[in-house]
Amino acid sequence: MASHPWLHRYALLTAVATIVLISIGGLVTSHGAGMAVPDWPNSYGYNMFTFPVSMWVGGILWEHSHRLAGSVVGLLTLVLTIWLNGRPAAKWLRWGSVMVFLLGLLAATSNKVKLDNVVFLVGTGVAGVGLSFFWPRNDPISPRLAFWGNVALIVVVVQGLLGGLRVTALADWLGIFHGTLAQCFLVLVCSLALVTGGWWARLNAEPQPMPVPNKVRRFLLATTLLILGQLALGASMRHQHSGLAVPDFPLAHGKVWPATDAVSMEKYNQVRLDHRDFKPITAGQIHLHMAHRIMAVVVFVHVLASLLKLRNAVGGAHPLARLAGGWFGLICVQAGLGIWTVLSNKAADIATLHVIVGAASLVTGALLTLLAASVFRPQKSASEIKL
Amino acid sequence: MLTLTAVAFFAGHASAGDVTGKITLKGTPAPEKDIPMDPACGALHPGKKPTTRFYVADASGGLADCVVYLEGAKGGSAADKPVVIDQKGCEYLPYINSAQVKQTIRVLNSDPVMHNVHPTPSADGNKEQNKAQLPKGAPLEFTFEKPEKFLRFKCDVHPWMFSYVSIFDHSSHTVSGKDGTFKITGVPDGKYKLVVEHRKGGKVEKEIEVKGGAKADFTIEAK
Repeated sequence: MASHPWLHRYALLTAVATIVLISIGGLVTSHGAGMAVPDWPNSYGYNMFTFPVSMWVGGILWEHSHRLAGSVVGLLTLVLTIWLNGRPAAKWLRWGSVMVFLLGLLAATSNKVKLDNVVFLVGTGVAGVGLSFFWPRNDPISPRLAFWGNVALIVVVVQGLLGGLRVTALADWLGIFHGTLAQCFLVLVCSLALVTGGWWARLNAEPQPMPVPNKVRRFLLATTLLILGQLALGASMRHQHSGLAVPDFPLAHGKVWPATDAVSMEKYNQVRLDHRDFKPITAGQIHLHMAHRIMAVVVFVHVLASLLKLRNAVGGAHPLARLAGGWFGLICVQAGLGIWTVLSNKAADIATLHVIVGAASLVTGALLTLLAASVFRPQKSASEIKL
Repeated sequence: MLTLTAVAFFAGHASAGDVTGKITLKGTPAPEKDIPMDPACGALHPGKKPTTRFYVADASGGLADCVVYLEGAKGGSAADKPVVIDQKGCEYLPYINSAQVKQTIRVLNSDPVMHNVHPTPSADGNKEQNKAQLPKGAPLEFTFEKPEKFLRFKCDVHPWMFSYVSIFDHSSHTVSGKDGTFKITGVPDGKYKLVVEHRKGGKVEKEIEVKGGAKADFTIEAK
């Protein structure tokens, strides 16, 4: 596949915007501000784009910024998807915009919908229809990339709905899926950025002399999935909104394995004197926290093993071995941030950094696996790889 | 229905009285933590730093904010007045409250800043809600169907703001005042278990006999 420099830069921009979005999402949960704006898609009755800046105070600042950043990523993804699909997508853009325009007209007939929402819908519809006559003009990049672009668009829409429903349905558990799907979306967008770039095109242009053995490739995949599982555990802990279930390290409530009988639980909760006055912790939350610690050790060992296996199989100078070195470095930083999160009593900035480096670790593992499974796959010469 | 229950409750009892007493804090709790308020809220507390309110005791050791109730009591007079909680200086006042099931809990906003009022019950049948309240906005009202101890009200705009309401299916409950004293009025004669619960200090209880009234003092140990 030929490289597409501007598409690649645009996909990179979308990936960076997604990391920013995940970071703000981390700040939302770290500051306990997920419910600071009780309505959705409006914000305190305003269209979210006309919500006065003077009202962005306290927890509202985090939650509203997250919503706006989500809108930006949604728009970037829509454009990326249309770009990947090329000229045929112009009619989707046109008819989709017509639907938005008609929705705006319908909304105008209702007393319950404020004027700013009507103007937003009608204006977006008109702009989309107009744009569809000029753009896109390019040929589809490739059927497979167009497919993954469509998947990205569906995921970002589902992700937005999950975030909104988590607020309106007062459902903490939806936040767990929202947090985990965000990581999967980031992997997808970063993969699109990788495969549209010049490096990928150059690797594809010539056969790679040192392919990655199948066993190692499968190990990389397993390790990446373990990281995803670990991030899902982390999301489950964050969305309990109970602060730290275990406040000490390396011990846990002063023991190697903490007691979780009723008397101990009462004692733990009585000595939790934090101005954030978290919900009382439960035995289940302590078990979840301990599972996250155990899983951290498993992930650490797996990433180290991935690095060693790659170096043994293809040598230390191989680009994937060097990338795996960076991956192991990230996991070390991540382990340190996990410990710091506990020792800082879940300080918002540290806990958010822990989320960001976790996301970076997942992306690194996923891209390594993608590279090992495609351009560095043993049985296949690079010229056979079609994207 | 509540009236009928109350009539039935009092018909079987010859007389009634007040259950009074004082709760004293024993030991020294950890110092309260400063609350890192944002500038808008901090400006509402000129010259002082607001702190947490885990243990509020007076000079004599009288411990405020203990929920006091007769365990297993039934019925009693229906609550005709709402429990009022105000948001003042970006704090909920009072911090600890008690109410009856279906009793109106009215939340005011006396602040010049916006809040959201977000009760987060845990008992089945009590509904979680989240409502916006503009500066000096109209009061918000809540009711709960099931008994629940320390039902948490929070503001997510200001994540240090909490108030707790214990909900009972009878009228024999109260919250200790600033000096640690309490009074449950109109308790029919009989034998009861009098329970005192503090959010951090835990639970103590005594068997009491009410004969035209009763008095019982408690000690809660700082954890």
